[in-house]
Amino acid sequence: MNYHILREIADSWVLLALFAFFVGVVIWAFRPGSRAIHRDTADIPFRYEDRPAPDGSAIEEAH
Amino acid sequence: MWDYLKLAVLGLLTLLAAIAANFARDFVYQVHAVIVMLVAGGVFLRALRHTDEPKRPVSNEYMDDVIRAGVIATAFWGVVGFLAGTFIAFQLAFPVLNFEWAQGYANFGRLRPLHTSAVIFAFGGNALLCTSFYIVQRTSAVRLWGGNAAWFVFWGYQLFIVLAATGYLLGGTQGKEYAEPEWYVDLWLTIVWVVYLAVFLGTIIKRKEPHIYVANWFLLSFIVTVAMLHVVNNLSVPVSIWGSRSVQLFAGVQDAMTQWWYGHNAVGFFLTAGFLGMMYYFVPKQAERPVYSYKLSIIHFWALIFLYIWAGPHHLHYTALPDWASTLGMVFSVVLWMPSWGGMINGLMTLSGAWDKLRTDPILRMMVISIGFYGMSTFEGPMMSIRAVNSLSHYTDWTIGHVHSGALGWNGMITFGALYFLTPRLWNRERLYSLSLVNWHFWLATIGIVLYAAAMWVTGIMEGLMWREVDPQGFLVWSFADTVAAKFPMYIVRGLGGVLYLLGAIIMCYNLWMTVRSAPERATAMAPAE
Repeated sequence: MNYHILREIADSWVLLALFAFFVGVVIWAFRPGSRAIHRDTADIPFRYEDRPAPDGSAIEEAH
Repeated sequence: MWDYLKLAVLGLLTLLAAIAANFARDFVYQVHAVIVMLVAGGVFLRALRHTDEPKRPVSNEYMDDVIRAGVIATAFWGVVGFLAGTFIAFQLAFPVLNFEWAQGYANFGRLRPLHTSAVIFAFGGNALLCTSFYIVQRTSAVRLWGGNAAWFVFWGYQLFIVLAATGYLLGGTQGKEYAEPEWYVDLWLTIVWVVYLAVFLGTIIKRKEPHIYVANWFLLSFIVTVAMLHVVNNLSVPVSIWGSRSVQLFAGVQDAMTQWWYGHNAVGFFLTAGFLGMMYYFVPKQAERPVYSYKLSIIHFWALIFLYIWAGPHHLHYTALPDWASTLGMVFSVVLWMPSWGGMINGLMTLSGAWDKLRTDPILRMMVISIGFYGMSTFEGPMMSIRAVNSLSHYTDWTIGHVHSGALGWNGMITFGALYFLTPRLWNRERLYSLSLVNWHFWLATIGIVLYAAAMWVTGIMEGLMWREVDPQGFLVWSFADTVAAKFPMYIVRGLGGVLYLLGAIIMCYNLWMTVRSAPERATAMAPAE
């Protein structure tokens, strides 16, 4: 495996894979139903400011 | 068992450091060996005194004492770094300040890396350490993972700073921008950093919230990427294990490319991704509303991560680097403008519907102006990375101005905002000692940055134009010394800007100190954190 082979792979398949991953992320962010999850996630900083969540309490998905 | 193991390791370390001090082949190494010996010995004695003490039960509170220490360290190193910067600014204006009696220790060449590392790694690094520990606990709703490992990270990092700083003054440097410390200091930082990653990741893994808040994504990418950059850029072979000198593994243009891949991503991941993590937590908290668009923050994150890593070659235009590589760096730098401004818009628009708070809340104002400076310097940066612009701006003070509008404006201001946010909460105070002092700090710092950046734009462009001016016969019109003489007034203005900025930071320290001393306790009947 020398530099040229690496270079060949990097600017063909790896480039494609990275680009596809990025496009996938964008599509995933806009998937139907993501709005409620994102709203909930964006509210995380306002929940447990003073002390951790009590033991044994799993926070359920939707608030 | 763990206690005895710790004692053995510390004792061995002390002994090894003593041997190293004895065999040392150069003075820097000897000084560092003595420092390590004293620190390891001191920690050994402390561990010995506490051996076999009953363990305190693990509390279910947030681990805030290490964050308090981090807040103090951030403020302290901030003042040290700003002071060093202001002093070397005046050294450039008045060379007589390179005192004869301190030649070889406190002249500009030795103090400059001290300044850059003090502000980036000591001030910025401690700010990132303490805020990341604060944020990851609050947004995961669990105590920090790993118990005292967080303390190891904190003190280990301070030891790294002390070794780096004393090394610069004594000349122990491998001469790589932002990566000056020699091989053994690099190894130590690697150990500390891996533990930092473990603590941060451990906390995320045991989180009670189902989702990982976006600030943690940025902070995690900062920790992981800095580890990778640090290891690759510092691949070197020590000349002797008893000496500080080492030889880089890469040579020539490969070494230069690796260095600026590191250097630019130190900006991209240390000073940008990490501080964006701070922005995504503290701005919503201070504005008391969630981030403007969570979707945008996801896209912001991935776009930034995918683009930044390629931008390094723009530091090497018109060098031995192949044209395709520097074009690649330029193109990615320009594209990077988009996610940067996406993030800026996301931060600013978080205030939509709450703009009136800017009138009454100087802390929020500080955060907003920092986002403003982020937007400004992420526009300026891509522009300067364009080859044609770079041919004018490179090697001039324009670059210095650009770096400082980013560092003082974005990193400095968001950190000040975070410190003002954290101090009352961490010390259980109802409010800050004085909001009008925050106002003073805000204006002093802002005017300081404006003086600094404006002076550097003027002098940088002037210098660039003078260097390239030729007369009708094709001879250069100006000698280098002419440009130095012409820059003198701007150097004074820049120094004054530094004085104002430093003054603001000192006012902040006083305000934070008085907050802890004399502000009323928080009224809610809540046990103090920890």
